[in-house]
This record gives sequence, structure tokens and C-alpha cells, in this order.
Amino acid sequence: MVVEEPEPDTFPKLLLRHSKLRGGRPALREKSRGIWRTMTWRDLADEVAALAGALSAQGLQRGAHVALVGDNRPRLYAAMCAAQWLGAVAVPLYQDAVADEMVSSMQKAEITHVFAENQEQVDKLLELLPRCPTIRCIVYDEDRGMRHYKQPQLVSYDTLLQQGREFAGSKREFLQAEAERGTGQDVAFLFFTSGTTGPAKGVVLTHASLIDRARVAAASEGLKDTDVAMAYLPPGWIGQNLFSYVQPMVVGYCVCCPESSETMLADMREMGPTYFLAPPRVLEALLAQVSMRMEDAGGINRALYERCMALARRVGARILSGETVPLGDRLAYAVGELLIYGPLRDVLGMSKVRVAYTAGDAVDRDLLMFFRALGVNLKQLYGSTETGFFVAMQRDGQVKPDTVGPAAQGVELKFTPQQEILVRSPGLFKEYHRDPETTSRARNAEGWFHTGDAGYMDDDGHLRIIDRLANVGALNDGTLHAPKVLENKLKFLPYIKEAVVFGDGRDTVCVFVDIDGTAVGRWADRQNISYTGHADLASRDEVYALIADGIAEVNTGLALEPALAKSQIHRFVILPKELDADDGVLTRTGKLRRSVIAERYRLLVDGMYDGRASVRLDDATEVKVGEAKAAAPARRAA
Amino acid sequence: MSTVASLSSPQRAFPIGAPILELNSISLRFGGVKALTDISFNVLEHEVRAIIGPNGAGKSSMLNVINGVYVPQEGSIAFRGERLTGVGMTPTRAAHLGIARTFQNIALYRGMSVLDNIMAGRNLRMHASFLEVALQLPRARREESEHREKAEEIIEFLEIEHIRKTPVKRLPYGLQKRVELGRALAAEPKILLLDEPMAGMNIEEKQDMCRFILDVNDHYGTTVVLIEHDMGVVMDLSDRVVVLDYGKKIGDGPPDEVRANPDVINAYLGVAH
Repeated sequence: MVVEEPEPDTFPKLLLRHSKLRGGRPALREKSRGIWRTMTWRDLADEVAALAGALSAQGLQRGAHVALVGDNRPRLYAAMCAAQWLGAVAVPLYQDAVADEMVSSMQKAEITHVFAENQEQVDKLLELLPRCPTIRCIVYDEDRGMRHYKQPQLVSYDTLLQQGREFAGSKREFLQAEAERGTGQDVAFLFFTSGTTGPAKGVVLTHASLIDRARVAAASEGLKDTDVAMAYLPPGWIGQNLFSYVQPMVVGYCVCCPESSETMLADMREMGPTYFLAPPRVLEALLAQVSMRMEDAGGINRALYERCMALARRVGARILSGETVPLGDRLAYAVGELLIYGPLRDVLGMSKVRVAYTAGDAVDRDLLMFFRALGVNLKQLYGSTETGFFVAMQRDGQVKPDTVGPAAQGVELKFTPQQEILVRSPGLFKEYHRDPETTSRARNAEGWFHTGDAGYMDDDGHLRIIDRLANVGALNDGTLHAPKVLENKLKFLPYIKEAVVFGDGRDTVCVFVDIDGTAVGRWADRQNISYTGHADLASRDEVYALIADGIAEVNTGLALEPALAKSQIHRFVILPKELDADDGVLTRTGKLRRSVIAERYRLLVDGMYDGRASVRLDDATEVKVGEAKAAAPARRAA
Repeated sequence: MSTVASLSSPQRAFPIGAPILELNSISLRFGGVKALTDISFNVLEHEVRAIIGPNGAGKSSMLNVINGVYVPQEGSIAFRGERLTGVGMTPTRAAHLGIARTFQNIALYRGMSVLDNIMAGRNLRMHASFLEVALQLPRARREESEHREKAEEIIEFLEIEHIRKTPVKRLPYGLQKRVELGRALAAEPKILLLDEPMAGMNIEEKQDMCRFILDVNDHYGTTVVLIEHDMGVVMDLSDRVVVLDYGKKIGDGPPDEVRANPDVINAYLGVAH
């Protein structure tokens, strides 16, 4: 007889249920010393319970904030759940942030306990300790190099776990009661936004809102406990957290942590994830790698690849969507599947992927279609930290590449006259941490959240995103200017890693190009161009010519689209140094900080618009300005 | 002996102990060329001992004497206080005593993967017979996985997981050096001889290598004897330094003391006549 239990409304309760229902199934896998080590749901529940016991002994209070600083490690996920078990709030931070960046988050959240992955993170924490007096306890996972540290706040994860296991028996009832006390309305997470437009804001999310969104997404994709996902993006980003903590907690599927970021691709191939999340920049990097390797391949292989990809671009996505395709093409595609698509998916670690999502930033249609053409069911997902991530998503069989799909179940959308997207959904955040003023500005009394994104609903009810509202501007002749669209088209070129488009309030569109050092480097090798380093490579006339050709190609494409024909790129510079989050020009999720870039390189922007042939940046660097060839606007056939 | 006592700070997991290796009046000649003349020094357990000197000073010869590649015409070697009798030190004997080394010009199996190269370093610790291995009998398989475990520990220690399966010849120089260190470590040596571990590296690779050497010493308590050109590196890394010049010992002591030694300054910077 089946007794109906109430649906668990917090993560610790979900964990306990998985431990009961599927205790022997894998919850987390981690590759360590060359072997995948499995933690079952039962193991995980035991470890979390022990840890919760030890944390309560360490004085962790309900409602306190626990920071997690490190890469995706099973132990950090266990720590998250242990904190929530006691009613504390998990605060995952970006692990590669430098100490100064972390200080403000730590201070704002008044962190009392921190879980750190290793010595590197502990060093950072000790550096900021004097400025964060609320921190009482730092727990470190890897003990390598930690022997010389004598600070009283430090305790190793192993010690803590050992303590927890020792009194787990005597504390069983207390722990049971603590888990029961939690409700869905309790705060589960505090995420810091990546801070594209200003200082990072702390977004407070409850158990209920996240669990609701995860259930909706799981139902729409038919996720099962046999699914497998990879945890490889920063856990401080809500997207990764949803895929590697929230959703597995709801569905009971298995999450795999690769050995290190360098081994990610090989590890992913070994585990064969079925459910995959990748922000556009990861997809761009994968595509760049494929293109680069194909350019090094022999003539026959290359010709075969190009023919197969041409066919795939024509029919692949339609076959994936289940549309009718002529028999001849279908047969040819089957041959291609055998020769190219299947093996390529395998190399990319995507041969088992059932559902893949790209989110976090706008994706170029060609990029999306490349993967769909290969037979990877890659779809777009729209959401943000404040909206619980699942706002709109493309559905199987109705993927329109220029849209992010219809609204997810439970989500209401409306638009302001300025085309700003407003969202109302059960997944909305509770508030900005200790900032009622900003909260009330972002969410009005009826519960509509201002996303700051501009977009509109198309005729089929699919949401189309234009850009960040703040970025949308106009050229002097009144043409709508949304830099993201152009940048994504440029970034699709294999030699361009990042692009920053200017044009708001100007007569023409100009662009900063950040070349992909590896791809351009290989190209230069093939051309017998010798260079000393990135800066030298970026200033070569040959490279300028290469990029100019690429931009001319993009311009030709733009000329074909009436809305964009006037946004053709006129001039460009190649940045002498790669854009890097450590310089503050990118966020930790790799998004552009436009205002910072425009300020830092003002000389270059002025130079592009003054019509100068080169700009002297400082004593050592002179940056050239390249001219791009514009294409004539297409004339419509009468 | 006050200098030695000050070295064994309470911070160390493996405090510096008694002499593990003693070289007494070593002289080595190749025909008429005197490579080493009457050199004596000792190496204490768990310390990092550097041998420095200008080109042709006899540093590599010294290392080759220690692990038995060269047999000195005069002098003797004692291991843990016991004088090695008979033929003295030979490479095989050195290996069995727990002395492992790396080479100035990398000597790896270039066509083999990083993992296989490191496994090769466990050679002396494998006991299964050829037949057992060929037939994959239980003992051989158990042994294989034990050795693999150890090899993986070293791979993790040296942070080379991403190149585990890569053939060594495809790796850049700095990483090859690291793999060579890994192979030496695989033998779980008591004494590790490093012949110019940082030669030809850029500054970043040097820093990495320094950290690994210190970590090895700190974590496994391995005694390290290293030859190095870069004075800065030597001073930061070593507990005690021996200075050779033209095959003779001209200095011996902690880095600061050696740095102040006028003979050493002359040998390195030349002297005004």
C-alpha cells in the first residue's frame, strides 16, 4: 500500500526522501586520482546529517549565512545541504574572485561559516578575515599544504565530519527535528548577481521558489533519476546550481564533478551526460576547437566534413525537430551520421545528451543551429537569478532559433512601452539582501519583476529578447541599435573571441575585437607569420586583414536583413590584451562590463570615430584602426 | 652544529635528522683530468641540500658519484652511517637503497604516456613474475591496481591530471620535467637527486617546480639533493648549500653564510686582479 506523503518542501527533506526511495542510486560522482568515485543518495544523506550535527556544535544558527568558496566538489554540495538542514542560508561565491572582490559579498551577507575548497581559497579568506569579523569558522576540504596553518578559525572537513559522525547517534532526534522545522518559505540561497551593470546584488531565494521552478522544468523535459549532468561551471552562478543541486534534489538524478577544468572535456566523454547546460561562451569555445582542428585536418577529411556540415545545416535541425524531410536527404543524413555527426558528438561528449540548454547570455542563431544540425537537442533557456532561472524555454519540436521559446508553466509575462520584459512567477526571488529600496524598485506591488531586458512576444507566443534595456540605443539616423546581436555574429567567426560594439548616439557602428589567441596563433603558424606574443599577434597587418575579411562577411549577412543593414560595421580595432575578469572588464560569468570597457579604452573609441589610422595607447603600445568593407544593402527581387 | 640545530624548526613535519649520506674525501679522475678533488660533505635526513658552482665545477659528476654512475678513485660513501663496502655505490644499489634521480637532459620514454612513465618508476616495487603478469593472474592484477593508485596519487600531487594519457614527447619542456620528477617520486625514494630541475624554464615554470620540490620535502619527508645554477632559487629552496669550483669544495653551509663567503663570490663574479 502506498501512503501519500506530503511533497518535501525543503532540500534537506528532499534529500532524506531520495535516501529512502533510491538510497543505492548514485547522487554525486567525482573523478579523483583517475577513478570515478560514487556517492549514493544514502551516503550523501549520512554525510550531510553528520555535517549538520557538527555545524550545530560549531554554533551555526538558523538564518545565518554560510559561504561556499570552491569548484564543484561533492563536499561543497554536501555542505550546502548541511547548512540548509539547520535553517542557514547557503551563499555560493565565485571561486576565482580575488579576495577584494569577495570582501563586499562576505560583509553584506555577514557570513559566519565558510567552506573552502583548498589552500588557495583559505589564503584568500585569511587575507580578508580582518575586514570580515563575522567569520567564525573556516572549513577546508583538501588538506594539502594546510599543515602550517594554525589560525583558530580553521578546521578541516574531515575533522568536522568525524566529529559529526561521533555524535550523530546521540543527536539523531535533534537533527530529525531540525530538518522538520524547515519550511518552503525559508530562505535557501543567497546568490550574488554577476554585476554586469553595477555592484553585485545579493538575491535571496526560498526553498519553495527554487523547488517550484525545478519541478516545472523537470516535468517539461521528462527528467528521470537515471539522467546524468555535469557540474563544471562556477557554483556561484545560479544556472550551475540549479542543474547540479536544485534539480537533482528534486528529480534524483546523478551529478558528475570533473577532475579539473582542464580535464572537463575528457571527463564529460567518460560520463556521457544526458542533461547538459552550457552558456554560449562554452559552446563558442567548443565550436572554435572543432573548426580549428578541422582546419588542421587533411584534404579528404576536410572536404567530407564540409559537405556533411552543409547538409546538416540544411536538414539536420529539421530532422531533429521531427519535420518531414525528403527521403534522399534523410538517407544522406544517415550516412553523415555514421561518418561525421555521430563521431563528432562523441568527441564533444554529447553522444548521450537528450536535452541541452544554453542560458546565461544571448546565443547566436548560427551557433545554436550548428549543434542542432549535429543532432544535439540544444535549446535556449531564458531566466535570471531573480526569476529562479526558468522563465521561458524552447520546447521540443518547436525551436525557433531567434526566440527563447514560450513562457514556462506558471510564468506570466508582460511588456512596458519601452519593451522591458516584466515577469511574475512562483520562482521569483524574495528580496535583495537587506535592500528593501532596490527590491521595491525592481518588483512592483503586484509582484511584477522588471528584468531590465528588452524583448517582445512574437506571433507564435515565443519570447524574443532584444538585449539588455540599458544597451539598446539608436544610431543618429534613428536605427535601433542592439549591440549584442552584432557581437554574437562576430563571435561566431572562429578567430574572434570577444567583440564590443559601439554605435549608440553615433553615425556608424564600430567595434573592438578580441582575437582568439590560440586560433589566430595556429592560423599565423600556417601562414609562416612569426610573432612574439598576443600583443604582437594582435597588431599584425595580416591579422588585421584576416579580421577585416571576417567582418566583411558579417556585413554581407547584415546587408541581407533590412533591420540591420544600416548597422554594418565600419571600423574596428583589435585589442592588444585579452579581456579578462581579473581586470574588471568582464564579470565572473564572462559577460562584458560595457561602461568599464568604454571608460578604460576611451582613447581607442575616440580614435575609431575620429577617423584616425592608429591610436597611441601608452608609450609602448600603438593600436591600429582597421577599416571594414561594407556591403551594399540587398535589393529585394521585384 | 648550532646552524644545523636552527634548521630543524618545529614547523617541519619531518625535522632534519642524522646524516643519511656521507661523502668522505671523494676524488674522481678521467684520465688526467681531475673532475673532483678530495670532496667531503654530508646530507642530513629530510633536508634540501643544494650543490652549486659555475660551469664545469663538477656538480653533475658529484651527483653521478652519489648514485654510482661514476666510481671515484679515492674516498668512500656511507649510507645511514654504514660505509658501503665492496664495489661501493652502483646505480642498482643506489636504487635499492632508495635513491632516485632526474636528469639534466630529460630521460623519459618519449613515446609512452605520462601515466606509463610514472608507472615505470615503480619497477623495483613490482614483484609479480612475468608469467603472472602475462596471464593477468590475481596477484598481478592486484599489484597493478595498487601501483596505479600510487601513480595517481603522484599525478594529483604534481597537478598533471589533464595530461595523464598524453605521450610525453608531445608535452612542453616544463611539463616533461615535472613528469620526470613524478617518475622519480614513484619509487618512493628516501633521497631524491635532481640535476638542474629548473634549467631552461621560464619564471612561472620555475616557481611551480620550486613549490613541488618543497611540497615533496614537506609532505613525504624526502631528502632532496639538487644541482642548480639559479642562485636565487637555491637560496630560497635549500637548507644547506655545497659550493664547488674546479672540482674543489669552496663553501658549505646555510644559504646566507655561503652567500657571504668571499671564495664563493670570487668564483661566481670573478675577482679583480
